[in-house]
Amino acid sequence: MVKIIEVIFNEEFQQNESIEELLKKEFNLDFAKVFIASDYIFEKDLEQQQAISIAENILCDLVTQRYSLDSPTLADFTIAIEIRYKAAVKDNLGDATYLAIKDFLENFENKIRTSKVYYIKANITKEQLQHFAFKNLYNPLVEDIEIFSNSEAKDFYLKDKNLFIQDSKPGSFSYIPLKKDKNYLEKLSKHRLLALNLEEFKTIIKYYSNPKVIKKRAAVGLQPMPTDVELECIAQTWSEHCKHKIFNALINFNFIEGKKSKKIKIDSLFKTFIYFTTKKLKKSYILSAFVDNAGIFSISDNWAVAVKCETHNAPSALDPFGGALTGILGVNRDVLGAGLGSKPIFNTDIFCFASPFYNKELPPKVLHPKRIFQGVRAGVEKGANASGIPTINGSIIFDDRFLGRPLVFCGTAGLMPIKTKNGLKCYQKYIKPKDRIFLVGGRTGKDGIHGATFSSQHLDETSPTSAVQIGDPFTQKLVLDFLLESQQLGLHSGLTDNGAGGLSSSVGELAQITGGATIHLERCPLKYSGLEPWEIFLSESQERMTVAVPPQNAGDFVVLAKKHNVEVSDIGEFNSSGYLQVKYFDKTVLYLDVKFLHKGLPKPKLFATFKKPEIKTPILKLEEKENYNLDILELLASLNICSRENVIRQYDHEVLGMSVVKPLCGKSFRGPADGAVIQPFYDKNLGICVSNGICPKYSDYDCYVMAQLAIDEAVRNYLAVGGDMNHWVALDNFCWPDPIKSEKNLDGDLKLGQLVRANMALADVAKHYSLPFISGKDSMKNDYVFGNIKISIPPTLLITVVGIIKNIELALTSDFKNEGDLIYLVGKTYPEMRYSEYSLLRNLDQTKLICPTLKEKESFSLYKKLSKAIQKGLLNSCHDCSDGGLAIALAECCIGGETGAKIDLFPLQNLLDLDSTTLLFSESPSRFVVSINPKNKKEFEKILDGSFYVCIGKVQQNSLKIFGKEKLLVDLPVEQMENYYKKTLEEVL
Amino acid sequence: MKEPTAIILCGFGINSELETAYAFKKAGAKALLIHFSDLEKNPSIFEESQIFVLPGGWSYADQIQSGKILANKLRFKLYPYFKKFIEEKKAVLGICNGFQILVQLGALPGWGDWKEKNFSLITNKSGKFEDRWVYLRTERTVCPFSNSLAECFLIPIRHGEGRFIAKNQKVLETLEEKGQIVFRYANPDGLKAYDYPFNPNGSVESIAGICNEYGNVLGLMPHPECHIRIYQNPLWTNIKKRDNSFLSKILNFFSSSFIKNDCSPLFSSIVNYSKKFI
Repeated sequence: MVKIIEVIFNEEFQQNESIEELLKKEFNLDFAKVFIASDYIFEKDLEQQQAISIAENILCDLVTQRYSLDSPTLADFTIAIEIRYKAAVKDNLGDATYLAIKDFLENFENKIRTSKVYYIKANITKEQLQHFAFKNLYNPLVEDIEIFSNSEAKDFYLKDKNLFIQDSKPGSFSYIPLKKDKNYLEKLSKHRLLALNLEEFKTIIKYYSNPKVIKKRAAVGLQPMPTDVELECIAQTWSEHCKHKIFNALINFNFIEGKKSKKIKIDSLFKTFIYFTTKKLKKSYILSAFVDNAGIFSISDNWAVAVKCETHNAPSALDPFGGALTGILGVNRDVLGAGLGSKPIFNTDIFCFASPFYNKELPPKVLHPKRIFQGVRAGVEKGANASGIPTINGSIIFDDRFLGRPLVFCGTAGLMPIKTKNGLKCYQKYIKPKDRIFLVGGRTGKDGIHGATFSSQHLDETSPTSAVQIGDPFTQKLVLDFLLESQQLGLHSGLTDNGAGGLSSSVGELAQITGGATIHLERCPLKYSGLEPWEIFLSESQERMTVAVPPQNAGDFVVLAKKHNVEVSDIGEFNSSGYLQVKYFDKTVLYLDVKFLHKGLPKPKLFATFKKPEIKTPILKLEEKENYNLDILELLASLNICSRENVIRQYDHEVLGMSVVKPLCGKSFRGPADGAVIQPFYDKNLGICVSNGICPKYSDYDCYVMAQLAIDEAVRNYLAVGGDMNHWVALDNFCWPDPIKSEKNLDGDLKLGQLVRANMALADVAKHYSLPFISGKDSMKNDYVFGNIKISIPPTLLITVVGIIKNIELALTSDFKNEGDLIYLVGKTYPEMRYSEYSLLRNLDQTKLICPTLKEKESFSLYKKLSKAIQKGLLNSCHDCSDGGLAIALAECCIGGETGAKIDLFPLQNLLDLDSTTLLFSESPSRFVVSINPKNKKEFEKILDGSFYVCIGKVQQNSLKIFGKEKLLVDLPVEQMENYYKKTLEEVL
Repeated sequence: MKEPTAIILCGFGINSELETAYAFKKAGAKALLIHFSDLEKNPSIFEESQIFVLPGGWSYADQIQSGKILANKLRFKLYPYFKKFIEEKKAVLGICNGFQILVQLGALPGWGDWKEKNFSLITNKSGKFEDRWVYLRTERTVCPFSNSLAECFLIPIRHGEGRFIAKNQKVLETLEEKGQIVFRYANPDGLKAYDYPFNPNGSVESIAGICNEYGNVLGLMPHPECHIRIYQNPLWTNIKKRDNSFLSKILNFFSSSFIKNDCSPLFSSIVNYSKKFI
């Protein structure tokens, strides 16, 4: 009888040098060898013959691997460690293996879990190995380990491991009495992870003591107090994550400038600064803004694009791989669930980490930033690549204040027809009473319970581990194919994803459309029995969608699901009763007024303060250097500038065959692209452009500036690849430290003040640039708290811009092209050196430097002109001038094109009266380095007339030479620059 | 003349079906997207078609080993139909994951009854998934589809398990002798590549694609369907914006002509070849 089949690559195919190196380094060893095997563990024993047959047909590649049954595949080792997912965590390999065996043996019924066994030949003890594994190989939140020595190996394979969750009795519901007692309620909130405050409890108590409510409840057999299902549902629906309380709060804002102060009352940041700004722009191409899972805009007469960007910060801090994986799959489902459904066509990902070279002691429970980086990168790779969605644009920001809480932004765009075959508007939902409610996709388990309320709190020592889970791109791909075909056939009337809050959130939100719904929890397929009703309702198990299907289509819907091998369950129906009703085996366990649930939440009243910063005088005078070679090389190798090639290449950025401007460009295949362009229809020249902007470093000065510059950066990146300024939209993602003042958070009002400032800038710039925002998301409380240690992230705003380019032939890349092409710096340089990469590298006194600001009128007028020149096809290259200033922009254009350039700063100096250091490294916004064919000079300059532009040199071979007044300031061969530029992250990943 | 029908398999994690279908459509075939389940339900589709394509993707999320689960699914559910299709000398193309499936199934190299395994595709030598454009060199072989391709051209790879491995030297030599090695990774000068990144995954003999003994079954790791339009070429802005003299000055003589070659001829050849089966 066989329980375990172990498969291992033969020695010559084992590639574990990186772990071996780590081991040698850690324990000062001369020799270390590692071999990794995969174990397939079966719940019920297999017959010997069957096991051999499964091993040879299904599991083992006999050309490169061998296998063993209930015994180690390797004899010659010192010590070994088995790493496996905890029993409640999804094991994708195990699930796939089951399907694979089922194709082979139709009657096969068994459960399979898998693990990795690392066989180690090295002189280390068990304790050392445990320590090493904890640091490098596994995450105790989601994985278990067992260590065994060579002599214990035999027993290890024969003992029973209890890896399978046993079915248990179905759970039941209970009542939770509410008392008007502060201590009681606070305890209750903390104990059950409700994240409800006293004001909210008061509202809930009031609802339950309303005589009308009491009567209605009695009619369905419920007592006048909340059930656990109800309280959990309310807490989840009212969580910061779902209802964005801070963005909708009443805010008293105190703005202090010098000795004057101004008081401003704001009723909802979202409405005031974002929603109405977009509304006033009256863009006819916007089809759906801020109402659905994603914003939707048209790109042609017949097609529209749904866009959404999400964050997955808290889970990624705890388990970087799982957190990022579920993040990317989650945002894909958002887009799949927009309107009647759209097909994801690209992803973007933006990360903020602490330095991967961080070498101080780590605070408790914090993973090393390098591990977070590696895990997040791998998670996005797994999620996006396996789903067949190209990752075409992104950014990585490094700042040690992201040590406790990394930021992981995942964006997706989906393509949909504007009208479906049966004439419905695909960007809307058509759910009607009597439509069936289907739960589609993965099974429900205990995973991910309390994700919504959890992410609305600080990370601290009590953070729950159930909030971490592993996504399954394969199940999701099946769901995606299935629902897109259902959309094409017109089978469903609406859908949404089960993300934060699970069914409670998805059914709860869709029920608003018809004004009610009834569902039966016992009809939800479970991974294992024994869940309590509130757990089924709240579970955030992945890869699940909630779909509304008109009753006459239900049969076809089920048949189509079978074709795609997707599990679907009819769990109830929509109605217009005004109530959300949840039943569990004939008993009502939740009965809530839909209006109360969604509109009953009291608006918080908050205080915000902002004090306008002053600049210390005298302004620092920068030294004029003889030579800047070293400055440029060091900047090229610095974390915030160096090449992301090593990350980018591990993402599939070209699947679907649409890519026109790829993330890496130029003859070297290494030049950084400003934005991305894709061709969504293979035989049409219409393109979609996407770009992003993010610059948290300016938050320390003023979040107004930070937000201005983030938008401007995204806009520049968009323009640089040829994006159309008359047909574009933007997304906002705010990630903030806790902005609510309390005993534990004394500067909360200042953080809220920063948030107000950022919103003001967003509204101002959006208005000036005529750039409508159509979707957004906020993530508050990005603080790490442990005892007395608190690490807060700098307030961060990510801007994503998406739009069209009418003719992809006019798209541009950043690399220099021809020898002799003229190089221009377009846009004015100011002595704005604060937080410039140069000033950070050289540790200049930031308080004595001027911070860049946006001159939006000047910029907008320039952008219009530049855009016109691009549309006339006058440019050969265009590159945004940002981190590192002019010098780095030039270097990047050279690296991309494998060319050099001869630059003369003198004409610039003449016009601007600035020193060379400032000219080379100032990070004033709204500037571009462009190159043109000399024959276009006249026309180009005519179009740009009235804006600031200077011809600063020309493209030449071999090296970047920059001349100051009669002296050579920079002389760098392009290979040397390339070497510095590419090496830094190569060592990390 | 009538257009041949190409089955473009989809479902279960295949994800490059649309661009692959477009490549065949553009080359003059009628491209049908057929879900594996529909093919299983109605295998007579094989008889009504002249081309069978396994596009790229992540079937079963590459679990156990890339391509293995879907290869087994083909073996257990559709073997006789598929085998017959091949024996009738109809065209079969496997791209990336599709190539992995054909190798796992034994349809490539297609020796004997496919049962003995002599080759495999395993994790790249770098240990990483990579998206990268490479130069491919077309070898003179029995394959009727590759002759119209340029001797060297640019093409993207996007895989984590593309390292071609032979059980031993002997089978490798047999593969070569029988003229079954169709594509090799090349240096920019068009000669066989040995080192990373030109041989991007550490494949033995730089092998990127092989065919069966007759040549009607072809599989390759790179993605020809992603280089059939100039805008897919990562150097298209250079080709358009760079004047030729400069282009040949900075690129060496060979690659300056190689970079413009695309993969459309591969699809046209398959379509032309298949017309006789209609």
